[in-house]
Amino acid sequence: MNVPAPRETVIKMYESRADIHPREVKGRFASLRWVFVWLTQILFYGVPWLMVNGRQAVLFDLETRKFHLFGLTLWPQDFIYLAALLIICAYGLFLVTAVAGRIWCGYACPQTVYTEIFLWIERRLEGNRSARIRLDRQGWNAEKIAKRGSKHLVWGLVALWTGFTFVGYFTPIRVLGDEALRFALGPWETFWVLFYACATYENAGWLREQVCKYMCPYARFQSAMFDRDTLIVSYDSLRGEPRGAVKSAANATGKGDCIDCSMCVQVCPTGIDIRQGLQYECIGCAACIDACDSVMDKVDKPRGLVRYSTQTALEERWSGARIRQRILRPRVIGYGAFFLLIAGAMTASLALRTPLKLDVIRDRGAMGREVEDGQIENVYRLQVMNTGETPHVFRIAVEGIPGAVVAGADTVELRGASARAVPVRVRIDPSRAKTGSNHIAFRVTATDDERVGVTEKAVFIVPK
Amino acid sequence: MSDFTSEFWNWFVGLITVLSIAGCAILLWSQSRYKVKLDEHGQPQKTTGHVWDEDLTELNTPMPRWWMGMFWLTIVFGVVYLVLYPGAGTWAGKYGWKATGEYDEEVKQANAAYGPLFNKYLHQDLKQVANDPQAHAIGERLFLTYCAQCHGSDARGNKGYPNLADGDWLYGGDPSVIKETIMKGRNGVMPPMGAALGSDKDIENVAHYVRSLSGMAADPIKVSFGKEKFGACAACHGGDAHGNQMLGAPNLTDKVWLYGGSVDTVMETIRKGRNNTMPAWGEFLGEPKVHVLAAYVWSLSNDPQRAAPASEAAAP
Repeated sequence: MNVPAPRETVIKMYESRADIHPREVKGRFASLRWVFVWLTQILFYGVPWLMVNGRQAVLFDLETRKFHLFGLTLWPQDFIYLAALLIICAYGLFLVTAVAGRIWCGYACPQTVYTEIFLWIERRLEGNRSARIRLDRQGWNAEKIAKRGSKHLVWGLVALWTGFTFVGYFTPIRVLGDEALRFALGPWETFWVLFYACATYENAGWLREQVCKYMCPYARFQSAMFDRDTLIVSYDSLRGEPRGAVKSAANATGKGDCIDCSMCVQVCPTGIDIRQGLQYECIGCAACIDACDSVMDKVDKPRGLVRYSTQTALEERWSGARIRQRILRPRVIGYGAFFLLIAGAMTASLALRTPLKLDVIRDRGAMGREVEDGQIENVYRLQVMNTGETPHVFRIAVEGIPGAVVAGADTVELRGASARAVPVRVRIDPSRAKTGSNHIAFRVTATDDERVGVTEKAVFIVPK
Repeated sequence: MSDFTSEFWNWFVGLITVLSIAGCAILLWSQSRYKVKLDEHGQPQKTTGHVWDEDLTELNTPMPRWWMGMFWLTIVFGVVYLVLYPGAGTWAGKYGWKATGEYDEEVKQANAAYGPLFNKYLHQDLKQVANDPQAHAIGERLFLTYCAQCHGSDARGNKGYPNLADGDWLYGGDPSVIKETIMKGRNGVMPPMGAALGSDKDIENVAHYVRSLSGMAADPIKVSFGKEKFGACAACHGGDAHGNQMLGAPNLTDKVWLYGGSVDTVMETIRKGRNNTMPAWGEFLGEPKVHVLAAYVWSLSNDPQRAAPASEAAAP
């Protein structure tokens, strides 16, 4: 009897992750990546321990709302610098991406850097790619428990240290370290240390390329910065195909340079085959380039079967010099110009910044009051903020109406990085101003340093 | 208490919330598997079978499974949240959480943190507190927050709101009296005297007399007529017009005018009376803060280092 074949089936829309065990790779680009790993990690783990002026050099003090960056202290009013910094970062990234593709992803992104560190630990404790695949397949025995256990222990320690360091940017790290040693961390400090530790452990240990493939927003909009002259990791199929193992001289005829050793696939941290062309999973880490170069060296063929190149260069058989010529194209110049503009403006603004801020709030309770000798008085509240670290005595002066004076004490003393609301009475002779509102300005200057001074506009009201 | 007048809306909101979560779960379950056609080799085809614009098909690229796990986690979170916190209709939640409870908790924490500081001053004499620079700074901030709206940032008052820095006091300038004023508030009443005094002419005469007491310009004839009528005012302001701090009746012989010293203003005060309220702060601020505040206010007109120079203070 003929059973009709089923014409439909139910498939899953979700699948579990296929484990990727990248083979260890050595070469120029791998070395370059390790340089970046060391640089970024020395900075990240080291900076919170630096001291300046008797305090932590870099400390984002959320409680008192002051960001300390070496000699610079930023207040909430300086929020614009954060915006500028983000714009600079964004354009820096755009610029680099337009020129060289995803090199940020491949060399300096924390996801890549921590994955590299965690992979290194994995390799030391579980062995190389084939050993790890074997370990995956074998049943649970003492060896597997020991290897897996020690790996997760070391991962956990690195992750905890990372979480601790991160929180150390927000809570003085020496105090934090002391508290941690005595197991006396506050509930929020404990939470955030564990939160960032878990995130590190999970992202670098378990999720790895999944972060780049499914979570990273930057990876998703990079295609907007790419064009045909952007450097990509590319397989030269004109040279490589038809691929195949070369067993003898006779067998070599008609074959391309690719010997189909699959090294480029084995080293890929995202598990793709670069020979299929540019794929969205590729993070531009060049592990395949290093792998292929070493193979080409062995089979005595020129390097660069897989190399950084551009789409146009591959099609037109351009030389490296020709590719470099194409770097200066309108898109790159545009990104670069904007990057320099914002970076320059921010630097200039930071350099010329006065370590003093002033807000003037006029008392709203009254228009103005007449004092005994017929003069008119208005009351203001001056929020004087000494944003520098040196204490100063500030003198408050008023200008804008001839003869206007500050009645009563006109100086105020402020410690470094402190603020105070100062009630100020301004007195004028009404014959020298018009009825209604008059424009005046407050000038606050440090008595010991004329350069530390700001002017703020205000209104003086002469009642009818 | 519910914000709605009808029970219906509580059920409505609660039902929508619960159904939405259930709907998400059903959607997630149903969308995680999909029926596709088999190709000629008996293998499931690579597309979902959706076709747009004649030949545009949708590839079936499976999402990672942990991603779906996270969706399920959000649903679990939603259910747990609804059990613990108020979210579904009138259900108050296992934790009994309230926004006002959160506020009370924060106030309690702040009091625990700053309470000892204020209590330290509470056990000190007010004049001693006034000489403490830290207490002065705290007092200044308290004043700018709670008192400056009426009395001005510089404490020199406004029309109808007394100047606290001139050494002239309606109820007395002893620090303990200032503290009592802040704690319990004051209600100063000047009754309308128009009817008692008689005609507008009489009122004008009394106004001129009152002005003359402070040495201000006044018509001597009106002053002498006004003086005869002043008896009606003496009950509170005293025969010598020096006022009565028990009643809060102002001294009329100084140059301090709460509402203004022009003839018209004084006439208006006499004719219509005045009613002035200083609210009680005792309950809101608590005695420890009021203690620091009273010391600060007292220091404005007393501490020689901080008081206004003599030329600016009004004549006594």
